[in-house]
Amino acid sequence: MKHVKTLNADTLKKSMAKGGCGECQTSCQSACKTSCTVANQSCENN
Amino acid sequence: MIHKYSMDGVNIVLDIYSGAVHVVDDIVYDLIDYYKEKSKDELKELFKGKYELEQIDEAIEEIETLENEGLLFTEDVYLDYLSQFKMRGPVVKALCLHIAHDCNLKCKYCFAGEGEYRGSRSLMSKEVGIKAIDFLIEASGNRRNLEIDFFGGEPLMNFDVVKEIVDYARSIEKEKNKNFRFTITTNGLLLDDEIQDYINNNMHNVVLSIDGRKEIHDKMRYTKNNTGSYDIILPKIKKMAESRKHKNYYVRGTFTRENLDFAQDVIHLADLGFKQISVEPVVAPKETSYALQEEDLPVLFKQYEDLSKELIKRKEKGQDFNFFHFMIDLSQGPCVAKRLAGCGSGSEYLAVTPEGDLYPCHQFVGLEEFKMGTVFEGIKNEGLQKQFQDCNVYAKEECRSCWVKFYCSGGCAANAYQFHKDIHIPYKIGCELEKKRVECALYLQAKLSGF
Repeated sequence: MKHVKTLNADTLKKSMAKGGCGECQTSCQSACKTSCTVANQSCENN
Repeated sequence: MIHKYSMDGVNIVLDIYSGAVHVVDDIVYDLIDYYKEKSKDELKELFKGKYELEQIDEAIEEIETLENEGLLFTEDVYLDYLSQFKMRGPVVKALCLHIAHDCNLKCKYCFAGEGEYRGSRSLMSKEVGIKAIDFLIEASGNRRNLEIDFFGGEPLMNFDVVKEIVDYARSIEKEKNKNFRFTITTNGLLLDDEIQDYINNNMHNVVLSIDGRKEIHDKMRYTKNNTGSYDIILPKIKKMAESRKHKNYYVRGTFTRENLDFAQDVIHLADLGFKQISVEPVVAPKETSYALQEEDLPVLFKQYEDLSKELIKRKEKGQDFNFFHFMIDLSQGPCVAKRLAGCGSGSEYLAVTPEGDLYPCHQFVGLEEFKMGTVFEGIKNEGLQKQFQDCNVYAKEECRSCWVKFYCSGGCAANAYQFHKDIHIPYKIGCELEKKRVECALYLQAKLSGF
Protein backbone atom coordinates (compact mmCIF):
# COMPACT_ATOMS: atom_id res chain seq x y z
CA MET A 1 0.00 0.00 0.00
CA LYS A 2 1.17 3.52 -0.77
CA HIS A 3 -0.79 5.43 1.82
CA VAL A 4 -1.01 2.98 4.73
CA LYS A 5 1.55 0.87 6.57
CA THR A 6 0.09 -1.63 9.01
CA LEU A 7 2.17 -2.01 12.19
CA ASN A 8 -0.02 -4.68 13.68
CA ALA A 9 -2.79 -6.75 12.15
CA ASP A 10 -5.85 -8.26 13.81
CA THR A 11 -4.02 -9.98 16.68
CA LEU A 12 -6.67 -9.05 19.21
CA LYS A 13 -9.46 -10.71 17.28
CA LYS A 14 -7.33 -13.74 16.53
CA SER A 15 -6.50 -14.15 20.22
CA MET A 16 -10.13 -15.18 20.82
CA ALA A 17 -9.32 -18.55 19.26
CA LYS A 18 -6.97 -19.82 21.94
CA GLY A 19 -6.78 -17.10 24.58
CA GLY A 20 -8.05 -17.05 28.11
CA CYS A 21 -5.82 -19.73 29.68
CA GLY A 22 -5.16 -17.40 32.62
CA GLU A 23 -1.53 -18.48 33.09
CA CYS A 24 -0.09 -15.00 32.49
CA GLN A 25 1.16 -12.58 35.11
CA THR A 26 -1.34 -10.51 37.06
CA SER A 27 -0.70 -6.93 36.03
CA CYS A 28 -0.47 -5.51 39.55
CA GLN A 29 2.34 -7.95 40.34
CA SER A 30 4.68 -6.35 37.81
CA ALA A 31 5.21 -2.79 38.90
CA CYS A 32 2.08 -0.78 38.85
CA LYS A 33 0.19 -1.23 42.13
CA THR A 34 -1.75 1.97 41.53
CA SER A 35 -2.35 2.35 37.81
CA CYS A 36 -3.89 -0.59 36.05
CA THR A 37 -1.72 -1.46 33.09
CA VAL A 38 -2.70 -4.61 31.29
CA ALA A 39 -1.67 -4.22 27.65
CA ASN A 40 2.03 -4.30 28.45
CA GLN A 41 1.89 -7.75 29.98
CA SER A 42 3.09 -10.62 27.88
CA CYS A 43 1.33 -13.84 26.92
CA GLU A 44 2.63 -17.09 28.41
CA ASN A 45 1.95 -18.93 25.18
CA ASN A 46 4.18 -16.83 22.93
CA MET B 1 -14.62 2.05 16.30
CA ILE B 2 -11.38 3.74 15.30
CA HIS B 3 -9.11 6.19 17.06
CA LYS B 4 -6.75 8.46 15.18
CA TYR B 5 -4.12 10.89 16.34
CA SER B 6 -1.07 12.62 15.04
CA MET B 7 2.14 12.99 17.00
CA ASP B 8 5.30 14.68 15.80
CA GLY B 9 4.23 14.24 12.16
CA VAL B 10 3.31 10.56 12.50
CA ASN B 11 -0.38 9.79 11.79
CA ILE B 12 -1.63 6.72 13.62
CA VAL B 13 -5.00 4.98 13.22
CA LEU B 14 -6.14 2.24 15.58
CA ASP B 15 -8.90 -0.16 14.71
CA ILE B 16 -10.15 -0.90 18.19
CA TYR B 17 -11.96 -4.22 17.79
CA SER B 18 -9.44 -6.00 15.56
CA GLY B 19 -6.43 -4.61 17.41
CA ALA B 20 -4.89 -3.38 14.13
CA VAL B 21 -2.59 -0.36 14.22
CA HIS B 22 -1.82 1.60 11.04
CA VAL B 23 0.50 4.46 10.18
CA VAL B 24 -1.16 6.52 7.46
CA ASP B 25 -0.31 9.53 5.29
CA ASP B 26 -2.16 12.84 5.44
CA ILE B 27 -4.71 11.93 2.73
CA VAL B 28 -5.93 8.80 4.49
CA TYR B 29 -5.80 10.63 7.81
CA ASP B 30 -8.16 13.28 6.44
CA LEU B 31 -10.42 10.95 4.44
CA ILE B 32 -11.00 8.45 7.19
CA ASP B 33 -13.21 10.84 9.17
CA TYR B 34 -15.74 11.01 6.34
CA TYR B 35 -15.28 7.60 4.69
CA LYS B 36 -18.27 5.93 6.35
CA GLU B 37 -20.72 8.75 5.75
CA LYS B 38 -19.87 10.04 2.28
CA SER B 39 -19.78 8.53 -1.21
CA LYS B 40 -16.58 8.40 -3.26
CA ASP B 41 -17.71 11.36 -5.33
CA GLU B 42 -18.52 13.38 -2.25
CA LEU B 43 -15.09 12.58 -0.82
CA LYS B 44 -13.42 13.70 -4.02
CA GLU B 45 -15.42 16.91 -4.03
CA LEU B 46 -14.52 17.57 -0.42
CA PHE B 47 -10.77 17.12 -0.83
CA LYS B 48 -10.13 18.03 -4.47
CA GLY B 49 -8.59 21.37 -3.53
CA LYS B 50 -6.17 19.75 -1.11
CA TYR B 51 -5.10 16.54 -2.88
CA GLU B 52 -4.90 15.27 -6.47
CA LEU B 53 -7.91 13.19 -7.59
CA GLU B 54 -5.72 10.20 -8.43
CA GLN B 55 -4.29 10.20 -4.91
CA ILE B 56 -7.76 10.42 -3.39
CA ASP B 57 -8.84 7.41 -5.47
CA GLU B 58 -5.84 5.41 -4.29
CA ALA B 59 -6.40 6.31 -0.68
CA ILE B 60 -10.10 5.34 -0.83
CA GLU B 61 -9.15 2.02 -2.39
CA GLU B 62 -6.67 1.29 0.38
CA ILE B 63 -9.20 2.11 3.08
CA GLU B 64 -11.69 -0.23 1.34
CA THR B 65 -9.11 -3.01 1.26
CA LEU B 66 -8.40 -2.66 4.97
CA GLU B 67 -12.11 -2.68 5.73
CA ASN B 68 -12.64 -5.82 3.64
CA GLU B 69 -9.71 -7.54 5.34
CA GLY B 70 -11.14 -6.87 8.79
CA LEU B 71 -8.47 -4.34 9.73
CA LEU B 72 -10.56 -1.18 9.80
CA PHE B 73 -14.05 -0.33 11.02
CA THR B 74 -14.47 -3.84 12.43
CA GLU B 75 -17.47 -4.58 14.60
CA ASP B 76 -17.45 -5.45 18.29
CA VAL B 77 -17.60 -9.24 18.58
CA TYR B 78 -16.61 -9.63 22.20
CA LEU B 79 -19.87 -9.37 24.12
CA ASP B 80 -20.89 -12.97 23.38
CA TYR B 81 -17.33 -14.12 23.95
CA LEU B 82 -17.35 -12.44 27.34
CA SER B 83 -20.40 -14.40 28.46
CA GLN B 84 -18.40 -17.64 28.12
CA PHE B 85 -15.91 -16.34 30.66
CA LYS B 86 -18.56 -15.15 33.06
CA MET B 87 -19.76 -18.73 33.34
CA ARG B 88 -16.39 -19.85 34.70
CA GLY B 89 -16.01 -20.45 38.41
CA PRO B 90 -13.77 -18.10 40.37
CA VAL B 91 -10.06 -18.92 40.41
CA VAL B 92 -7.45 -17.17 42.56
CA LYS B 93 -3.96 -17.19 41.07
CA ALA B 94 -2.10 -14.33 42.74
CA LEU B 95 -1.76 -13.03 46.27
CA CYS B 96 -0.29 -9.83 47.59
CA LEU B 97 1.01 -10.79 51.03
CA HIS B 98 1.18 -7.91 53.47
CA ILE B 99 4.20 -9.25 55.27
CA ALA B 100 4.51 -6.17 57.45
CA HIS B 101 1.97 -3.53 58.31
CA ASP B 102 4.82 -1.41 59.46
CA CYS B 103 7.41 0.69 57.69
CA ASN B 104 10.79 2.25 58.35
CA LEU B 105 9.97 5.24 56.16
CA LYS B 106 7.09 7.67 56.51
CA CYS B 107 6.36 8.74 52.96
CA LYS B 108 4.03 11.70 52.69
CA TYR B 109 1.86 10.19 49.94
CA CYS B 110 1.61 6.64 51.32
CA PHE B 111 -1.85 5.16 50.67
CA ALA B 112 -1.11 2.68 53.44
CA GLY B 113 -0.71 5.38 56.12
CA GLU B 114 2.95 4.62 56.90
CA GLY B 115 2.27 0.93 56.44
CA GLU B 116 -0.55 0.52 58.92
CA TYR B 117 -3.49 0.47 56.49
CA ARG B 118 -6.06 2.09 58.77
CA GLY B 119 -5.17 -0.42 61.51
CA SER B 120 -2.32 -1.03 63.92
CA ARG B 121 1.27 -2.06 63.32
CA SER B 122 1.65 -5.79 62.83
CA LEU B 123 3.80 -8.43 61.17
CA MET B 124 2.58 -11.55 59.36
CA SER B 125 3.40 -14.79 61.16
CA LYS B 126 4.85 -17.86 59.48
CA GLU B 127 1.56 -19.68 60.20
CA VAL B 128 -0.56 -17.10 58.36
CA GLY B 129 1.90 -17.10 55.44
CA ILE B 130 1.79 -20.89 55.11
CA LYS B 131 -1.97 -20.88 55.33
CA ALA B 132 -2.03 -18.28 52.54
CA ILE B 133 0.01 -20.61 50.31
CA ASP B 134 -2.36 -23.50 51.08
CA PHE B 135 -5.37 -21.28 50.35
CA LEU B 136 -3.87 -20.18 47.01
CA ILE B 137 -3.12 -23.73 45.91
CA GLU B 138 -6.64 -24.79 46.81
CA ALA B 139 -8.34 -21.78 45.18
CA SER B 140 -6.25 -21.88 41.99
CA GLY B 141 -7.92 -24.90 40.43
CA ASN B 142 -5.95 -26.07 37.43
CA ARG B 143 -3.92 -22.87 36.99
CA ARG B 144 -0.25 -23.77 37.19
CA ASN B 145 1.52 -20.39 37.41
CA LEU B 146 0.87 -18.79 40.78
CA GLU B 147 2.20 -15.46 41.96
CA ILE B 148 3.09 -14.12 45.36
CA ASP B 149 4.07 -10.51 45.94
CA PHE B 150 5.69 -9.75 49.27
CA PHE B 151 4.39 -6.30 50.05
CA GLY B 152 3.95 -4.00 53.00
CA GLY B 153 4.57 -1.60 54.64
CA GLU B 154 8.12 -2.74 54.24
CA PRO B 155 8.50 -6.51 53.78
CA LEU B 156 12.21 -6.56 54.66
CA MET B 157 11.16 -5.73 58.26
CA ASN B 158 9.86 -9.30 58.44
CA PHE B 159 12.24 -11.03 56.07
CA ASP B 160 12.66 -14.26 58.04
CA VAL B 161 8.96 -14.96 57.48
CA VAL B 162 9.34 -14.16 53.77
CA LYS B 163 12.03 -16.86 53.58
CA GLU B 164 9.91 -19.37 55.47
CA ILE B 165 6.96 -18.80 53.13
CA VAL B 166 9.18 -19.18 50.05
CA ASP B 167 10.69 -22.39 51.45
CA TYR B 168 7.24 -23.81 52.16
CA ALA B 169 5.85 -22.96 48.71
CA ARG B 170 8.92 -24.42 47.00
CA SER B 171 8.68 -27.59 49.10
CA ILE B 172 5.20 -28.43 47.81
CA GLU B 173 4.98 -26.87 44.36
CA LYS B 174 6.06 -29.97 42.42
CA GLU B 175 3.75 -32.29 44.27
CA LYS B 176 0.87 -29.86 43.70
CA ASN B 177 1.86 -29.25 40.06
CA LYS B 178 2.27 -25.50 40.58
CA ASN B 179 4.93 -23.01 39.62
CA PHE B 180 5.37 -20.16 42.13
CA ARG B 181 6.73 -16.81 41.02
CA PHE B 182 7.75 -14.45 43.78
CA THR B 183 8.07 -10.67 43.69
CA ILE B 184 9.14 -8.38 46.50
CA THR B 185 8.43 -4.65 46.70
CA THR B 186 10.87 -2.78 48.94
CA ASN B 187 11.98 0.73 49.79
CA GLY B 188 15.55 -0.61 49.86
CA LEU B 189 16.47 0.71 53.29
CA LEU B 190 17.33 -2.70 54.77
CA LEU B 191 18.90 -4.23 51.66
CA ASP B 192 22.27 -5.86 52.33
CA ASP B 193 24.38 -8.47 50.53
CA GLU B 194 22.69 -11.41 52.22
CA ILE B 195 19.15 -10.22 51.43
CA GLN B 196 20.20 -9.29 47.90
CA ASP B 197 21.57 -12.80 47.29
CA TYR B 198 18.42 -14.38 48.67
CA ILE B 199 16.19 -12.21 46.47
CA ASN B 200 18.31 -12.95 43.40
CA ASN B 201 18.17 -16.67 44.03
CA ASN B 202 14.46 -16.82 44.77
CA MET B 203 12.49 -13.92 43.39
CA HIS B 204 11.25 -13.61 39.83
CA ASN B 205 10.94 -9.83 40.13
CA VAL B 206 11.90 -7.10 42.57
CA VAL B 207 10.34 -3.64 42.73
CA LEU B 208 12.63 -0.98 44.22
CA SER B 209 11.07 2.31 45.28
CA ILE B 210 12.77 5.54 44.26
CA ASP B 211 11.05 8.66 42.95
CA GLY B 212 13.80 10.20 40.83
CA ARG B 213 15.85 13.30 41.53
CA LYS B 214 17.20 13.59 45.08
CA GLU B 215 15.24 16.72 45.95
CA ILE B 216 12.01 15.16 44.63
CA HIS B 217 12.54 11.84 46.35
CA ASP B 218 13.53 13.39 49.67
CA LYS B 219 10.53 15.71 49.69
CA MET B 220 8.18 12.71 49.86
CA ARG B 221 10.16 9.73 51.11
CA TYR B 222 11.74 10.48 54.45
CA THR B 223 12.96 8.45 57.40
CA LYS B 224 11.54 8.44 60.90
CA ASN B 225 14.14 11.13 61.71
CA ASN B 226 12.61 13.38 59.04
CA THR B 227 15.66 13.13 56.83
CA GLY B 228 15.48 12.20 53.16
CA SER B 229 16.17 8.56 52.27
CA TYR B 230 17.71 9.05 48.80
CA ASP B 231 21.37 8.88 49.84
CA ILE B 232 20.76 5.77 51.95
CA ILE B 233 18.85 3.74 49.42
CA LEU B 234 20.50 4.72 46.12
CA PRO B 235 23.74 2.71 46.49
CA LYS B 236 21.74 -0.28 47.72
CA ILE B 237 19.25 -0.38 44.90
CA LYS B 238 21.93 0.34 42.28
CA LYS B 239 23.83 -2.65 43.54
CA MET B 240 20.67 -4.74 43.50
CA ALA B 241 19.86 -3.79 39.88
CA GLU B 242 23.43 -4.47 38.77
CA SER B 243 23.45 -7.83 40.54
CA ARG B 244 20.39 -8.82 38.49
CA LYS B 245 22.19 -7.75 35.31
CA HIS B 246 19.51 -5.10 34.85
CA LYS B 247 16.77 -7.63 34.20
CA ASN B 248 13.65 -8.70 36.10
CA TYR B 249 13.40 -5.68 38.36
CA TYR B 250 11.87 -2.21 38.32
CA VAL B 251 12.89 0.98 39.97
CA ARG B 252 9.50 2.38 40.69
CA GLY B 253 8.65 5.95 41.55
CA THR B 254 5.56 8.01 42.14
CA PHE B 255 5.10 11.49 40.74
CA THR B 256 2.83 14.06 42.32
CA ARG B 257 1.70 17.65 41.78
CA GLU B 258 5.02 18.67 43.33
CA ASN B 259 6.97 17.29 40.36
CA LEU B 260 4.78 17.75 37.32
CA ASP B 261 8.02 17.68 35.32
CA PHE B 262 8.34 13.99 36.18
CA ALA B 263 9.99 13.14 32.84
CA GLN B 264 13.11 14.65 34.41
CA ASP B 265 12.87 12.09 37.19
CA VAL B 266 12.61 9.23 34.70
CA ILE B 267 15.63 10.61 32.86
CA HIS B 268 17.50 11.01 36.14
CA LEU B 269 16.91 7.33 36.91
CA ALA B 270 18.08 6.39 33.41
CA ASP B 271 21.18 8.56 33.86
CA LEU B 272 21.92 6.66 37.06
CA GLY B 273 22.13 3.53 34.91
CA PHE B 274 18.76 1.93 35.65
CA LYS B 275 17.28 0.10 32.67
CA GLN B 276 13.83 -0.92 33.94
CA ILE B 277 11.94 2.15 35.09
CA SER B 278 8.40 2.83 36.17
CA VAL B 279 7.33 6.25 37.42
CA GLU B 280 3.61 6.46 38.01
CA PRO B 281 1.04 9.10 38.93
CA VAL B 282 0.08 9.43 42.58
CA VAL B 283 -3.51 8.60 43.43
CA ALA B 284 -4.38 10.79 46.37
CA PRO B 285 -7.45 12.48 47.86
CA LYS B 286 -8.32 15.52 45.72
CA GLU B 287 -7.87 17.95 48.60
CA THR B 288 -4.24 17.07 49.33
CA SER B 289 -1.63 19.55 48.11
CA TYR B 290 0.22 16.93 46.09
CA ALA B 291 -2.82 15.32 44.38
CA LEU B 292 -2.94 15.62 40.59
CA GLN B 293 -5.73 17.85 39.31
CA GLU B 294 -7.49 17.88 35.93
CA GLU B 295 -5.90 21.23 35.11
CA ASP B 296 -2.47 19.54 35.30
CA LEU B 297 -3.25 17.20 32.41
CA PRO B 298 -1.83 19.32 29.53
CA VAL B 299 1.50 19.63 31.37
CA LEU B 300 1.57 15.89 32.09
CA PHE B 301 0.71 15.02 28.46
CA LYS B 302 3.65 17.10 27.30
CA GLN B 303 5.89 15.27 29.78
CA TYR B 304 4.91 11.89 28.32
CA GLU B 305 5.53 13.22 24.79
CA ASP B 306 8.93 14.61 25.75
CA LEU B 307 9.81 11.33 27.40
CA SER B 308 8.92 9.30 24.33
CA LYS B 309 11.08 11.55 22.15
CA GLU B 310 13.97 11.24 24.61
CA LEU B 311 13.61 7.45 24.54
CA ILE B 312 13.97 7.46 20.76
CA LYS B 313 17.10 9.62 20.98
CA ARG B 314 18.63 7.31 23.54
CA LYS B 315 17.71 4.23 21.55
CA GLU B 316 19.58 5.65 18.57
CA LYS B 317 22.63 6.19 20.79
CA GLY B 318 22.39 2.70 22.27
CA GLN B 319 21.49 4.13 25.68
CA ASP B 320 17.90 2.96 25.80
CA PHE B 321 15.88 1.88 28.81
CA ASN B 322 12.41 0.47 29.35
CA PHE B 323 9.70 2.75 30.66
CA PHE B 324 7.00 0.46 32.05
CA HIS B 325 4.04 2.44 30.76
CA PHE B 326 5.39 2.65 27.21
CA MET B 327 5.97 -1.07 26.89
CA ILE B 328 3.57 -2.58 24.40
CA ASP B 329 4.19 -5.80 22.54
CA LEU B 330 1.81 -5.39 19.64
CA SER B 331 2.05 -8.90 18.27
CA GLN B 332 2.43 -10.95 21.42
CA GLY B 333 0.61 -9.01 24.09
CA PRO B 334 -2.20 -10.31 26.24
CA CYS B 335 -5.19 -12.04 24.67
CA VAL B 336 -8.55 -10.32 24.47
CA ALA B 337 -9.88 -12.40 27.37
CA LYS B 338 -7.32 -10.82 29.71
CA ARG B 339 -7.93 -7.38 28.28
CA LEU B 340 -11.64 -7.70 28.90
CA ALA B 341 -11.23 -8.99 32.44
CA GLY B 342 -8.80 -6.34 33.67
CA CYS B 343 -6.34 -6.58 36.55
CA GLY B 344 -8.18 -9.40 38.29
CA SER B 345 -8.50 -7.66 41.66
CA GLY B 346 -11.10 -9.25 43.89
CA SER B 347 -11.29 -12.35 41.75
CA GLU B 348 -7.93 -13.71 40.55
CA TYR B 349 -5.81 -11.40 42.67
CA LEU B 350 -6.32 -10.86 46.40
CA ALA B 351 -4.44 -9.18 49.22
CA VAL B 352 -3.75 -10.89 52.54
CA THR B 353 -3.27 -8.87 55.74
CA PRO B 354 -0.79 -9.88 58.48
CA GLU B 355 -3.75 -11.41 60.34
CA GLY B 356 -4.81 -13.48 57.30
CA ASP B 357 -7.80 -11.41 56.18
CA LEU B 358 -8.55 -11.36 52.45
CA TYR B 359 -9.29 -8.15 50.52
CA PRO B 360 -9.83 -7.49 46.76
CA CYS B 361 -6.36 -5.90 46.47
CA HIS B 362 -3.75 -4.08 48.53
CA GLN B 363 -5.55 -0.76 48.12
CA PHE B 364 -8.79 -2.01 49.68
CA VAL B 365 -7.07 -3.36 52.80
CA GLY B 366 -8.58 -1.98 55.97
CA LEU B 367 -11.94 -1.05 54.41
CA GLU B 368 -14.06 -3.44 56.46
CA GLU B 369 -16.88 -3.60 53.90
CA PHE B 370 -14.40 -5.11 51.42
CA LYS B 371 -13.22 -7.94 53.67
CA MET B 372 -13.82 -11.09 51.64
CA GLY B 373 -12.85 -13.82 54.10
CA THR B 374 -9.67 -15.21 55.63
CA VAL B 375 -6.94 -17.60 54.56
CA PHE B 376 -8.23 -19.95 57.28
CA GLU B 377 -11.88 -20.08 56.18
CA GLY B 378 -11.50 -19.15 52.52
CA ILE B 379 -13.74 -16.65 50.71
CA LYS B 380 -16.92 -16.02 52.66
CA ASN B 381 -18.23 -13.00 50.82
CA GLU B 382 -18.79 -14.70 47.48
CA GLY B 383 -21.12 -11.91 46.35
CA LEU B 384 -18.25 -9.45 46.57
CA GLN B 385 -15.97 -11.76 44.63
CA LYS B 386 -18.64 -12.11 41.95
CA GLN B 387 -19.05 -8.33 41.83
CA PHE B 388 -15.34 -7.93 41.13
CA GLN B 389 -15.27 -10.82 38.67
CA ASP B 390 -18.09 -9.21 36.71
CA CYS B 391 -16.45 -5.78 36.78
CA ASN B 392 -15.07 -6.09 33.26
CA VAL B 393 -14.69 -3.50 30.51
CA TYR B 394 -18.26 -3.96 29.32
CA ALA B 395 -19.71 -3.54 32.80
CA LYS B 396 -18.49 0.06 32.86
CA GLU B 397 -20.62 2.51 30.95
CA GLU B 398 -17.80 4.96 30.29
CA CYS B 399 -15.41 2.23 29.10
CA ARG B 400 -17.77 0.77 26.51
CA SER B 401 -17.45 3.79 24.26
CA CYS B 402 -13.77 4.47 25.00
CA TRP B 403 -11.05 3.63 22.46
CA VAL B 404 -8.41 2.73 25.04
CA LYS B 405 -10.42 0.03 26.80
CA PHE B 406 -8.39 -2.92 25.47
CA TYR B 407 -5.15 -1.33 26.67
CA CYS B 408 -6.10 -0.29 30.20
CA SER B 409 -8.77 -3.00 30.60
CA GLY B 410 -11.09 -0.69 32.45
CA GLY B 411 -8.63 0.86 34.87
CA CYS B 412 -8.06 0.40 38.57
CA ALA B 413 -11.06 -0.60 40.69
CA ALA B 414 -9.50 0.90 43.81
CA ASN B 415 -9.03 4.28 42.14
CA ALA B 416 -12.63 4.14 40.91
CA TYR B 417 -13.86 3.39 44.42
CA GLN B 418 -11.71 6.09 45.99
CA PHE B 419 -13.13 8.80 43.75
CA HIS B 420 -16.68 7.60 43.09
CA LYS B 421 -17.46 5.02 45.79
CA ASP B 422 -18.26 2.72 42.86
CA ILE B 423 -15.82 0.30 41.23
CA HIS B 424 -17.67 0.71 37.91
CA ILE B 425 -16.98 4.43 37.42
CA PRO B 426 -13.40 5.04 36.24
CA TYR B 427 -11.13 7.66 37.76
CA LYS B 428 -10.99 10.36 35.08
CA ILE B 429 -7.45 11.65 35.54
CA GLY B 430 -6.19 8.06 35.44
CA CYS B 431 -8.10 7.47 32.18
CA GLU B 432 -6.74 10.58 30.49
CA LEU B 433 -3.17 9.76 31.47
CA GLU B 434 -3.58 6.18 30.26
CA LYS B 435 -4.84 7.39 26.87
CA LYS B 436 -1.82 9.63 26.48
CA ARG B 437 0.58 6.86 27.53
CA VAL B 438 -0.88 4.44 24.98
CA GLU B 439 -0.63 7.09 22.25
CA CYS B 440 3.02 7.66 23.14
CA ALA B 441 3.72 3.92 23.32
CA LEU B 442 2.27 3.36 19.84
CA TYR B 443 4.11 6.39 18.50
CA LEU B 444 7.32 4.82 19.83
CA GLN B 445 6.48 1.57 18.06
CA ALA B 446 5.95 3.50 14.83
CA LYS B 447 9.22 5.42 15.18
CA LEU B 448 11.15 2.27 15.96
CA SER B 449 9.64 0.72 12.84
CA GLY B 450 11.25 3.44 10.78
CA PHE B 451 8.58 6.15 10.50
